[in-house]
Amino acid sequence: MAFLTQLSVHASAEGRVGGATENGARYQPRTEMIRIENLGKTFTTADGVVTALENIDVTIEEGEFVSIVGPSGCGKSTLLMCIAGLIEASVGSVMVGSQRVSGPFTELGIVFQEALLLDWRSVLGNVLFQIEMRGLDPKAYESRARELLDRVGLGGFEGKKPWELSGGMRQRVAICRALIHDPPLLLMDEPFGALDTLTREQMNVDLQRLCAQTGKTALFITHSISEAVFLSDRVLVMTPRPGRIIADLPIAFAAETRRLSIRTTVEFAEQEKKIYSIFRSIGVLRDE
Amino acid sequence: MSAQNRRRHAVIAAWGYPTVAFIGFLLLWQLVVMVTQVKRFVLPPPLQVLERGFALADLLLAQTPPTVLAIVLGFAGAVLIGIPLAVLMVASRPLEDCFYPLIVGSQGVPKVALAPVLVVWFGFGILPKVILAMLIAFFPVVINTAVGLRSIDPNYLHLVRSMGAPAWRTYTRLLLPSALPQIFAGFKVAMALAIVGGIVGEMVGANSGLGYLLVVANGNLDMALVFAILVWLVFVSLVLVGIIDIAERLSIPWSRDTRSRHLVQVQS
Repeated sequence: MAFLTQLSVHASAEGRVGGATENGARYQPRTEMIRIENLGKTFTTADGVVTALENIDVTIEEGEFVSIVGPSGCGKSTLLMCIAGLIEASVGSVMVGSQRVSGPFTELGIVFQEALLLDWRSVLGNVLFQIEMRGLDPKAYESRARELLDRVGLGGFEGKKPWELSGGMRQRVAICRALIHDPPLLLMDEPFGALDTLTREQMNVDLQRLCAQTGKTALFITHSISEAVFLSDRVLVMTPRPGRIIADLPIAFAAETRRLSIRTTVEFAEQEKKIYSIFRSIGVLRDE
Repeated sequence: MSAQNRRRHAVIAAWGYPTVAFIGFLLLWQLVVMVTQVKRFVLPPPLQVLERGFALADLLLAQTPPTVLAIVLGFAGAVLIGIPLAVLMVASRPLEDCFYPLIVGSQGVPKVALAPVLVVWFGFGILPKVILAMLIAFFPVVINTAVGLRSIDPNYLHLVRSMGAPAWRTYTRLLLPSALPQIFAGFKVAMALAIVGGIVGEMVGANSGLGYLLVVANGNLDMALVFAILVWLVFVSLVLVGIIDIAERLSIPWSRDTRSRHLVQVQS
């Protein structure tokens, strides 16, 4: 697939691409982007009070790609919603940049598991939906939208309707919609969870390059250990409910080595093994 | 099946099958009249009805516009009041608590029974017919619009909140367009009901219109004309509901109903 041929159309290409350091890290952390302090979330249900999240303390640097892996129902989506200000935390605080999150936070782009496209709009119209809902002028962003679509391999599909696209293409449109307003932060909640394995692998490669080129800070939620290792600078491992962060593993692959071939290397397997052994030690995975 | 064959098949399906069904119905009607030897002023045979209908075609056509106008205005009123009311009820819990019991409760009132009251209040002009048609058509518009607005995947709402969109923009650009399939389903029921309202309104108190003509023909025991009017009303209804059907196809080509129709049908 013709994909990401030209370098960074917008934003800064510095950071992740140019910032590979001696120890293999592909960027030099500069400023703090997200600071989560002592965050907790409890829900009141018919069966009583359920603790979804407990004692979450995380700091994410600008330009970092951080994944959260954990079993179903561990509260990782809840954590993402708290960061976006779409769910109010019960205790603790979330700071994004210098702002404390209270109420919906808008300086970000979100991608959900479902593409959530609007059937009555074209591909281009769906990307520009973000702009229109923000009360900005879609005309001013049209060329940027076309460029983004081109970069994710959807050049020539601008006029198609969502139902004419495959699941992977729909998710690519959703990613463009999340990036069109050039937000500093990209939140993704299992964006490839509904895709088949081959499409998913390709999406991983493409997302990795897109993020490396645009230098976005990204928080990525997934079930897939290999997806997390492939994409991330850091992987946060969560326990089953009540969700806590039990490990914070740096993944020190240089950006240019993150290609399909890395998945079969010993180093890659080592990283996966670490996460598997954590899940085994807390009883999420068992042999018998 | 070749594309040309498929197109021919579609034309037969659109026109051929209904025509065959209609002719079959007429034959059955004729058969019932012949076999039971029923009196002509009780059930006239179809040929006599058609004959009477064509003989008085000018009269039927002349009495059609006031009826159609009352129906269309009543339907339009139901839409213009029903949709904003549904939006208000979905947007505001207190408003829903105020209006919902009233709207559901009002369905217990047989609105046809209101027709004489409306005549007393508003006279013999077009207004009471419009109001009656509107009152009957109003309910499916409100309920379907509200259901449509509520049936959206909550993640869409999370998405637009993260875009900082004000509520009105969320309604005009997201919720209302996505509710269109349910809204149109409501429109079809509403139009069928508005036709009932318009005709009943004219039957109770009017000096023109097809409903009035129906009462006069009935009073004269002119059953052939009564049935001719009924057949004509069927055509008028088909046109009115058909217009909504066409508007639906044009405005929501993405509708699952439009796209999945051939899949839910049992393949021969």
